Amino acid sequence: MKYIDEYREDRTIRKLIHKISEGLKHYNNEIVLMEICGTHTMSIFRSGLQRLFPAEISLLSGPGCPVCVTPNAYLDKAIAYSKLQDTIIVTFGDIFRVPGSSSSLEKENAKDSDIRIVYSPLDAVKTAEKNPDKNIIFLAVGFETTAPLIALSIRIAKRRNLKNYSVFCGHKLIPPAIKGLIQDKEINIDGFILPGHVSTIIGTQPYQFISNDHHIPSVVTGFEPLDIVQGVYILISQIVNHETPKVQIQYTRSVKEKGNSKALDLIKEVFQATNAQWRGLQSIHKSGLKIRKTYRQFDAEEKIEVEVEETKENNNCICGDILRGIKNPLNCKLFRTICSPENPIGACMVSSEGTCAAYYKYADIGRDDE
Amino acid sequence: MCLAVPMELVEIKDNIGVARMGEVGIEVHLGLLGDVKLGDYLIVHAGFAIQKLDKEAAEETLTLLNELLEEAE
Ligand code: SF4
Repeated sequence: MKYIDEYREDRTIRKLIHKISEGLKHYNNEIVLMEICGTHTMSIFRSGLQRLFPAEISLLSGPGCPVCVTPNAYLDKAIAYSKLQDTIIVTFGDIFRVPGSSSSLEKENAKDSDIRIVYSPLDAVKTAEKNPDKNIIFLAVGFETTAPLIALSIRIAKRRNLKNYSVFCGHKLIPPAIKGLIQDKEINIDGFILPGHVSTIIGTQPYQFISNDHHIPSVVTGFEPLDIVQGVYILISQIVNHETPKVQIQYTRSVKEKGNSKALDLIKEVFQATNAQWRGLQSIHKSGLKIRKTYRQFDAEEKIEVEVEETKENNNCICGDILRGIKNPLNCKLFRTICSPENPIGACMVSSEGTCAAYYKYADIGRDDE
Repeated sequence: MCLAVPMELVEIKDNIGVARMGEVGIEVHLGLLGDVKLGDYLIVHAGFAIQKLDKEAAEETLTLLNELLEEAE
């Protein structure tokens, strides 16, 4: 298919990897790169790239799976909302099965709760229109890619004067998370593979601090195997040639320096930045979004009071450390023994973009050398 | 959640279009884009087109890569 097959061409991929190896000949240090986005992680595993790259390069997966970084406290509150009378919870599919402190949306749905999975936020608005006597709460979990869509759903709800639609906002922002990672003393990263679709919305300006303040190269990269190999090539060139670190765009067919201005305007109109909790990374300054006062009638947390159980963490699940890139699923005692996609113990095993799910599915063709 | 593949716009009705990849067609909201026309390729996320694929840039990426790799031979 057009714009896909060309970027999966095996011969070109191998040639470019060979060129990367050549470039590393006289470079004696290990190079640690992090891909922020869960979709990159999946693509790397699916195409077996991990095994093809030279041994000097390690690829770590970062905190780029929205469901994975959503902390238990959010899940517990969503579960509490689902138990309220006359309430319908509407959500994207991934979060449905993620365990909170003592239950999950899936378990509540099997009891009395009404939880519906949708593909688009507009379906949530439709659900509100069809059920005027129920409260519809949409679980908004995602990054900058999803935020404008949620914003638009709120604007439409306002225009249609829907009083029963509200959003429980757990949205997070990628650049502040990268800042959090860089400041974490346990983590040392030589280059970042930046997410293609988040950047389609926000452009490259919000990443400039990575090179300007921290002197680390980064590259906005597409999702096909050849995109990723070219992204790695760009980073390695910056590192090996001791170039002044900069933010580059590999995924030029989708990402422009300024991003998508219509989408950015929508985000700004409806949301404002707020401090947010991330699984594994704790609280990060201004790394989340909350609904502005002008739209507070659509903010579930403003509108609907609920009692939430005390949040507990499962101490055996190391999902948090995996999201920071300091451990991998093979370091987890529960991996494959107790925790599997059929019986997920942590968020990283549930989401199709989660690192544990990727290892589970592709470990034998992935990092079999570890 | 991220559909990472570009889809071809084959129908437009106001703010809603139909985008197709192979045999699969889905409804997409076009409200986040400026001008679009039939035959454009769209980057789609959760039912919304978030960008129009830049065909020239796509070609250029491949041309640059091929030049780079030929140089190596
Ligand atoms: S394998 Fe399961 S329990 Fe272990 S870190 Fe991953 S999600 Fe958590």
